[in-house]
Amino acid sequence: MKMQKHEYTGIGETLYSAVLDNGLEVRVVPKKDFSTCYAAFATRYGGAHRRFSVDGRKLDTPAGVAHYLEHKMFDLPNGDNALAILSANGADPNAFTSAEMTCYYFQCTESFEENLKMLLHFVSTPYFTDETVQKEQGIIAQEIRMGEDNPGMVVYYRLLEMLYAHHPVRDRVAGSVESIAEITAQTLYDCHRVFYAPSNMVLCVEGDVDPESVVRIAEDVLPKEKAPVPKADFGEREGILPAETRRTLEMEVSAPQFLIGVKLARPESGAAFQRENIVAALAMRMLCGSSSPFFTRLYAGGLLNMDFDYEIDSPADTFMVIVGGESRDPEQVLEAFQKEAQRVAAEGFDEGYFTRSRRASLGARLRALEDFDSMCVALASGVLEGYCALDSFALLESVTAEDCRRFVAENLTPERMALSVIRPKVREAEN
Amino acid sequence: MEYSRSELMPGVFLSHLRSDKFKTACMSLNLLTQLSRETASMNALIPNVLARGTTRYPDMEQLSARFDELYGAAVEPVNRRIGEVHCIGFFASFPEPAFLPGGEALLGEMCSLMADMLLSPNTRGGLLLPQYVDSEKEKLMELIRSRVNDKRSYAVQRCLEEMCCCEDYAVSRFGTLEDCEAIHYKKLTRYYREILRKSPVELFYCGRASLQEVEGAFRDALAGMPRGEIDYDIGTDLRMNALEDQPRYFEEQMDVTQGKLVLGFRLGSCMEDPDRAAIHVFNAVYGSGVNSKLFMNVREKLSLCYYASSAVILRKGLMIVSSGISFDKFESAKGEILAQLEAVRSGDITGEELTCAKRAVASDLRAAMDSQGELEGYWLSQALDGLDYGPTELAGLVEDVTKEDVMKIAESVELDLVYFLCGEDDADPEDEGEDDEDAEA
Repeated sequence: MKMQKHEYTGIGETLYSAVLDNGLEVRVVPKKDFSTCYAAFATRYGGAHRRFSVDGRKLDTPAGVAHYLEHKMFDLPNGDNALAILSANGADPNAFTSAEMTCYYFQCTESFEENLKMLLHFVSTPYFTDETVQKEQGIIAQEIRMGEDNPGMVVYYRLLEMLYAHHPVRDRVAGSVESIAEITAQTLYDCHRVFYAPSNMVLCVEGDVDPESVVRIAEDVLPKEKAPVPKADFGEREGILPAETRRTLEMEVSAPQFLIGVKLARPESGAAFQRENIVAALAMRMLCGSSSPFFTRLYAGGLLNMDFDYEIDSPADTFMVIVGGESRDPEQVLEAFQKEAQRVAAEGFDEGYFTRSRRASLGARLRALEDFDSMCVALASGVLEGYCALDSFALLESVTAEDCRRFVAENLTPERMALSVIRPKVREAEN
Repeated sequence: MEYSRSELMPGVFLSHLRSDKFKTACMSLNLLTQLSRETASMNALIPNVLARGTTRYPDMEQLSARFDELYGAAVEPVNRRIGEVHCIGFFASFPEPAFLPGGEALLGEMCSLMADMLLSPNTRGGLLLPQYVDSEKEKLMELIRSRVNDKRSYAVQRCLEEMCCCEDYAVSRFGTLEDCEAIHYKKLTRYYREILRKSPVELFYCGRASLQEVEGAFRDALAGMPRGEIDYDIGTDLRMNALEDQPRYFEEQMDVTQGKLVLGFRLGSCMEDPDRAAIHVFNAVYGSGVNSKLFMNVREKLSLCYYASSAVILRKGLMIVSSGISFDKFESAKGEILAQLEAVRSGDITGEELTCAKRAVASDLRAAMDSQGELEGYWLSQALDGLDYGPTELAGLVEDVTKEDVMKIAESVELDLVYFLCGEDDADPEDEGEDDEDAEA
């Protein structure tokens, strides 16, 4: 298999790409002088893929299957555990499940090829019994409960429930204690067969490796046939307005935690989507990033602290902006944020401010290249969404101040914003 | 990578690590003081106040505008405690010229900005601005209050505090709410001037610039730094034994669904002449990672907890075992955590367990060579200990660790304190009894 080679000279990276006969997408970024190798093997299957059709059949699965499957994938038919084998071999393996993907990965400084074979082998070898599936239920139930104690997670899911009326991104990736009780070994086998076909997956590797040998190993270990790609059903397309705009809950926290969310219209093509993402990131940096007039003013005024941050997120065909942190008065922050967005929509961004913000964004993107983990996951997400993450440097060059103003004017209007708040518990009779 | 160390000015030391493999350069500047109750909050506050503005760039907006022009160079306040040494200052990272459109070298300007933040903050009448001090004070107090939000790390901190109640180590790097509340901008300015004169300074640089270039840039930038008699009497006291004959017990109640059990140990007499490689391997065999005894037995086999792992704090000679359990599993989880330590003591360690542990430790050390952040932390702490071997050399020593070495460390370890964060009395007891969390695997 001949790989395509693409040099990104400005940033000193080279990317090798291939699509295997079985449909697997492979990306390799060779890194001389580094002893760490990193491999990520991901499937387009996450917490939001609950309803899907395959071979003309429509299936509806309980919340939490993708995550449950991730936990059970490490069991091998001979009774071994892949996590233990990789660790024993000096690798640092792990996995995560998000709303849109499940990703298995490892980092190592020795025996890369052996570890890669193991990674591909265990992820493509389902082995579940009703007994092992049953045993995991308590473990995952505890993980779900632990999330209930975590204010960051609670404030986030409550925001998603407000933004989306029915999209499955509202469901916790891990599911609920009730929903996971419905999961059987058969559910896991079915979902593995549908979603873990190489045609629905991507393998990204970074390190001092030979790209061709990565492809050879993948061809050797993985199934040869090309299976049909499943079609996820996320339900009827939702309107642009949030389903609800305010929710507040009390928890054991020291100060109010809040998130403001805005749903965005998602461009159809991968390239247009990638560009809109970059525009959104730069617009948000200028509107409320750490050097923005908005943030520095509210920071100085004591309404915000360094926890404040923004994020552009797009799990499972959604697209949204999330802004938040900790504040004694989240409502006041929301009001100031709305005002600032209105001002920017009317006045636009100053050219000098735009130029230096774009420089800062370039520097931040360069810094992110140092991290193998975030690089491989970004490459994998890009492949699953239909773009190449390394193109972002060239795209950033093409963004204008007017693009950013337009983004703010179109999207950050008061009626589009939802606010999720967690307040400290009021205790009766202190002491 | 070439490492070298030099003294640029009285009490100002530079650790220089030359490397071509990164796209950004990083550096740090640290003032060292003895960790103490009286000064912890002031120390915590100083870098944050200094980062609010300089004479050239008097407020955050102007200062960060300047950093944005320098391709988003980041200069962040840092506040660490390494053993009982309180290290405060700044950490900076910025792109290497090779990756910038105009090939601009940012080193000189970055050193000068960092030095300005340290030496020429925005003041009035020679005093730090009260509005900056008060606003950072508020934020620091919020931060101190917020430590309760993450129950897992809160429980570990509380265990350390109680275990080291008679030592400087009980002091948090943020100090206490009361101490923070009491800070006045005039007093803070006096203290700031005092540590500028007296504190040893550790500088670190990792990137493509030569030793000469970096020395030159820092010398120019720090030329105006007032240096008096340097206080070198800074260090960490080691306590070898538990405070009392029997392990102490502390319990705290909160509205939580999961209990946190934390066991605090002294590494003991092995700290008289610590074999660092063996201590790391012992920790890996006993409780860090998925092949460790705690993970394999307490979590996987007996399902007594959602997580259980050990960590050593080498510089202070401590080990912490942290676990999440159902409230009713307290006795059995504690018993099994101690039984596994006993197993290591008695040499119940397979060849496989030892090999896995050594591979894991050596691999982590080698991987540190690929991360500037890890390298900075590693070399700062080597500098504090007066040691000069790199992570790769330590990885080499790990290969030679034997089962007997590991048993010897385990033999020396002593339980000092048990801490339990549990639910409130009136809350429903959690009796599901099953196991684990683990966000990862």
